[in-house]
Amino acid sequence: MTQGWVQIAVFLLVLTALVPPVGGYIARVFRGERVFLSPLLGPVERFSYRALRVQPADDQDWKAYARSIVVFSLLSWLVLYLILRTQSIQPLNPEGFGAGPWNLSFNTASSFVTNTNWQYYGGETTLSYFVQMAGLTVQNFVSAAVGIAALAAVIRGFVARSGAALGNFWTDLIRINLYLLLPISLLAALLLVSQGVVQTLDGSQAFHMLAGGTQTLALGPVASQEAIKELGTNGGGFFNVNSAMPFENPGGLTNMVELLLILIVPASLTFTFGRMAGNRRQGWALYAAMMAMFLVAVAVVYAAEQHGSPAQHHAGVLTHAFDGSSGGNMEGKEQRFGIAESSLWTAVTTVTSCGAVNAALDSLTGIGGLVPLASMGTGEVVFGGVGSGLYYMLLFVLLTVFIAGLMVGRTPEFLGKKIESREVKLVLVGVLVTPLLVLFASSWALASTDGTQSIYNHGPQGFSESLYAYMSQANNNGSAFAGYTGFVQPHAPGNAGAYGYDFANLLGGLVMIVARFLPMIAALAVAGSLSGKRIAPAGAGTFRADSPTFVALLIGVVVIVAALTFFPAFLLGPVVQGLSNQLF
Amino acid sequence: MNGLRKDLTTATTAIVVLTLLLGVAYPLVTTGVAQLVFPNASNGSKIELDGKVVGSKLIGQDFRGLPRYFQSRPSATEYSADITFFNNLGPNSRELSDFFAEQLSAYLRRERRFDPGLGAAEVPVDATATSASGVDPHISVANARIQAHRVAAVRYLPLADVLDLVDEHTDGRFLTLFGEPGVNVLQLNLALDRGAGR
Repeated sequence: MTQGWVQIAVFLLVLTALVPPVGGYIARVFRGERVFLSPLLGPVERFSYRALRVQPADDQDWKAYARSIVVFSLLSWLVLYLILRTQSIQPLNPEGFGAGPWNLSFNTASSFVTNTNWQYYGGETTLSYFVQMAGLTVQNFVSAAVGIAALAAVIRGFVARSGAALGNFWTDLIRINLYLLLPISLLAALLLVSQGVVQTLDGSQAFHMLAGGTQTLALGPVASQEAIKELGTNGGGFFNVNSAMPFENPGGLTNMVELLLILIVPASLTFTFGRMAGNRRQGWALYAAMMAMFLVAVAVVYAAEQHGSPAQHHAGVLTHAFDGSSGGNMEGKEQRFGIAESSLWTAVTTVTSCGAVNAALDSLTGIGGLVPLASMGTGEVVFGGVGSGLYYMLLFVLLTVFIAGLMVGRTPEFLGKKIESREVKLVLVGVLVTPLLVLFASSWALASTDGTQSIYNHGPQGFSESLYAYMSQANNNGSAFAGYTGFVQPHAPGNAGAYGYDFANLLGGLVMIVARFLPMIAALAVAGSLSGKRIAPAGAGTFRADSPTFVALLIGVVVIVAALTFFPAFLLGPVVQGLSNQLF
Repeated sequence: MNGLRKDLTTATTAIVVLTLLLGVAYPLVTTGVAQLVFPNASNGSKIELDGKVVGSKLIGQDFRGLPRYFQSRPSATEYSADITFFNNLGPNSRELSDFFAEQLSAYLRRERRFDPGLGAAEVPVDATATSASGVDPHISVANARIQAHRVAAVRYLPLADVLDLVDEHTDGRFLTLFGEPGVNVLQLNLALDRGAGR
């Protein structure tokens, strides 16, 4: 395992080294300053403002900002739904796929507009290149940009000296796409292609294999979507098996590049926050809290997977490592990633709201599977989704400040601003909506026959699958215990036609939408409420939010909220399997 | 209401502009540059034999029932590269455990004839577990070294030469650090068919 730990340590060092420059760059983008790409992209930016008839400096208060987000997302949803429903009459459809069923399209449109990228469909057997490009790739970009823009507005409210202005959504939307997401995606896509990630408009190719029989290579514009899928913490694979497919992720280099792409924006945003708050220590304090929780997640999943599964041990398969073999639970994992990089990937993609997978999560060991569930159960604040992770974490910061204030009997304050009743109420709305949705939706799914028809595995794993489905969709993550199904594949064994389950598709779609936008609006409302408040200078009695004590307290609050909400559910599914050798 | 109406028109224009930029221009430019600079990689890293495509070096193939070839890892999808899915059986699944037991005994039955000392403790985990993609191009080095006994015997090649070929077709870690070493089965079998080791 030493070799595996060295890989993980080097990766995290590289990430940490990149945080200040990227975080500083994003701060410049948020502030509307010139950046090194301005000479190149400035004309496109100005053209966009003219086309949208937007004055870049036209500030919005929190209500106007939130309204623009909601209107934009609603229209995006409608356009994507229509694109999915009319696939059969569109170009770039070499395999001749038909239009999506209404229930599946509802789920998919909700999924991509909310930056969730939960997938009940299999990409290469369902969607044309046109839908993947003009429909899904676009939402990969803009849903990420919406999250980052909302964070930019929230930060402005937190640090404002006066007034109600949180910036202009349309300006943020354009600048974030143009100066942050697009250039990195373009470079990353070409790097991925150089390693074997495919990028073509040609249809699939069939041939005779070396030993006889035929094989058909599904191809497509994969790299361009792969890059933004990771960078925007989206996670929706071009292929059904996502980043386990060699054409999405062919080796050790691409795996590391894709992991960096996933973490770089959410990790760097902590630095951006520190920079804009004029207190770098504050940014690093948030980074430290996130990193500490992340390290626990990766350590647990790695150790659990290396130990192997009861299914292996019962069969007499020995799971120890030896020269030339990684050992461990290799079921549903790729040889080129082994246990270490599959475990690292699993932790990275579930603490962030990426949800891409390079291994089959349904086949993780009991405790290994608990890690992604619990990571999502924190509300995706450990780095989290791009933008959404940090604004969610800032709600937890206010909650921590409030609780600390209660403990020592002082008026809680953060960045010199008093946290009062209105803010705390809004924080509670933001923090509790998602867990309540998870519990409500997964209970309903488990208690009804409409819900249980989606389950694949017997015993506690079936329970875990249901819990995972709604945990993932409510936290806008998108990874899955993929045995859980809401759509029966066209060519799957025993099924002639494609059809979706109404219950799974509709409940999941609604959960994703509510859990995306309610907390976002609550965070914007908090920012709006804070923006006008006077900044009091820190005094001797101020409880500093950039101290190690605060970091520990913040972690405690995040963990306790998640544990109080989900502990019983975790016990019934993954923990039972982790503690038992019984087969089901 | 005025603000809402303005938002609606702005959002409509924004979606059109961003779709053209991010959904059309970006993927097409990427495709153009990729096809120009990396023609082989962008089209699936295909391998040819006698001028005919026989596979992709990144996609594993089915060699079951043919003892002269190294065998790929078990696949839940019959090695399909256009309909992919996971096996999805849980860690405490009886069905999965039965599958492992079956794979283990089949592996031992196949290889023990040529590697008499082989016991269950020496069989690496990748040989009994399905891969995630169903088309994992690699097997572990330990797996390949065991299979080398059989391939050498069936092809009348010295074992040492086959083991050298295994080393030659082992993809190491990136920068000797990232990833897990694996032996590319298709490329190794192709090299054998081309007469390497003879």
